[in-house]
Amino acid sequence: MDSIITYFLLFTSLYTEVFLLVTFFELRSSITLVDNQDPREYPSVTIIVPCFNEEKTIGGTIMSLLELNYPKDKLSIFIVDDGSTDATVAVAQKFQNNQNVKIFRKENGGKHTAFNLGLMNTTSDLVGCLDADSFVDPNALRRIVLRFENAEVMAVTPAMKVHEPKTIIQLMQKAEYTMAIFNRKVLSFLGSLYITPGPFSIFRKSVFDKLGLYRKAYNTEDLEFGLRMQTHGLIIENAHDAYVYTATPRTVRALLKQRIRWSYGFFKNAFDHRALFFNRKYGNLSSFVLPIAILSLTSVVYFVIRFLLQTFSASYNAIVKILTVGIHFGAPGFPDWFFLNTGFATILGITSVMFVFALILLGKWLSSEGGPRISRDMFYFVALYAILAPLWITKAAYDAVLSHETPWR
Amino acid sequence: MRALDFKKYALVFVITAAIFGTALYISNLLSNRRIAEIQAIEDKISIDILSSETQYALLSESSCVNLAGSVLSQEINSLAERLSYMENSLGVDNPEVVRLKRYYSLLQIKDYLLMKKVNSQCGIKSVTMLYFYSNRGDCEDCTKIGYILTYLREKYPKLRVYAFDANLDLSAIKTLRALYSVKDVLPVITIDQKVFYGFQDKETIEKELLKIKGFDKTTATTTQVNE
Repeated sequence: MDSIITYFLLFTSLYTEVFLLVTFFELRSSITLVDNQDPREYPSVTIIVPCFNEEKTIGGTIMSLLELNYPKDKLSIFIVDDGSTDATVAVAQKFQNNQNVKIFRKENGGKHTAFNLGLMNTTSDLVGCLDADSFVDPNALRRIVLRFENAEVMAVTPAMKVHEPKTIIQLMQKAEYTMAIFNRKVLSFLGSLYITPGPFSIFRKSVFDKLGLYRKAYNTEDLEFGLRMQTHGLIIENAHDAYVYTATPRTVRALLKQRIRWSYGFFKNAFDHRALFFNRKYGNLSSFVLPIAILSLTSVVYFVIRFLLQTFSASYNAIVKILTVGIHFGAPGFPDWFFLNTGFATILGITSVMFVFALILLGKWLSSEGGPRISRDMFYFVALYAILAPLWITKAAYDAVLSHETPWR
Repeated sequence: MRALDFKKYALVFVITAAIFGTALYISNLLSNRRIAEIQAIEDKISIDILSSETQYALLSESSCVNLAGSVLSQEINSLAERLSYMENSLGVDNPEVVRLKRYYSLLQIKDYLLMKKVNSQCGIKSVTMLYFYSNRGDCEDCTKIGYILTYLREKYPKLRVYAFDANLDLSAIKTLRALYSVKDVLPVITIDQKVFYGFQDKETIEKELLKIKGFDKTTATTTQVNE
């Protein structure tokens, strides 16, 4: 039974990777690597920057927005302070004389309330959000606006990259974000993007007129809104060439906190929007993407339990051996291929990791990172993700079942 | 773009199944190579024993042949390790594993008999242990005794330990047990004709071995042929 479950989960994992690759190569011809065309027209855009105690990064965030390669008379930047207790407002006020920048202040109520305040004060054609710890590439908005030339597109998500990765944990995330660039592109091909990330997702203003404002959703409001758009059949497109650089957790502790929040939010929002599951009306998202996302999270929990049991059994045997013959090392021998683990599950696991490498390399190619070369961040990702992801997923699943709210910070 | 493309889902299924099939094929191929390697070692040992038996038969009329070091060469340890690895990866009931173990057990018995003959002819004393075990999870002490015997074999390279799986359906093993009047209890070890049932700690076994005259010198024994 144990091996049937293992093979089933390995099969689904491989199936998903193959599915993503097949979809990508099927529609590759429609990808323009970097779109440097100018839009036929420039719609008015408001970028809302909700901020709470972001004195260190808010200045850079505003500067990057002001440097956007976009007509200044069409661009508004709303800085919405959500009751910061540090010098965030003072830093923002340095830009108050700029005609594009407008500063709002309110009592602390959560990121989504800050965004909603900005929304209620804008009448522009397009509206977007930028987290106050993220920085945009000068051409990002222009490339996103190009995607809105298709009248059916209601929102466009960017390509997120890690801002100045330094620690091993950040390098691990660099590879992860690169793979996400690939995954998001393929999900957009499948009409199945279900997250509109905080850093620089841009919407038609009419979307909010139709669906209402952001609402409190387990500190993952961008996920809730993406699912809500899917429920109403609204198209979310991806601009893989619109780069946004975001600050990422530097330490394991900070990363776990962020990911527990994300995974918890996913479980809870997926449950709230369960009508999206297994309903042919919602296409790939409903029949494949969401169920696979749940299954892959569950399989992580399964594999971690299995790994713990095996480790326990191996430790028990090692202790019995030490108690029986003491600490004793046999003569060191030459490595022998005979004892290499070449079992079926191991070969499948290695194949799966190779596919992950392929997805990251394609993400690099898509985001024009100087050619798809193997880099050390890919190895950090494969090694560390396998250890860390089970921790946050298990904790988030536990919290979700017991309805323990996860904090933002 | 939102609609399900069933053809693609089916195509992906076929590709994934092909990858699965290839992984299974590679895994089996490597397993078969391992089995072939074990088989080759067993065949080599079989020829070694046959050669020693023949040599002995030719010369025994007139002289003593000490084959202590040449029979069942060093390869026996690596063979045991390899068989144990295959048992873990393919399972104790795998027909190939069972076949190789039966062959291995017979080779051990042949070596044991030959050694006995050589020893009595030449009047030398080599120390041999017989060990009967089960690895089906019904004998926790067998695991511990296994660790001790591995340790002793490494410490005293000339100590000859013949290990037999009591669950193997092999009449020669049953006869061997009957010869020693071994009861149906596991684990069992014999040291110098004495039978010990159940768990014996490292010190007890070592003490028992050291009681045998000249045992500690066995580590320094070298192969020699006295004509």
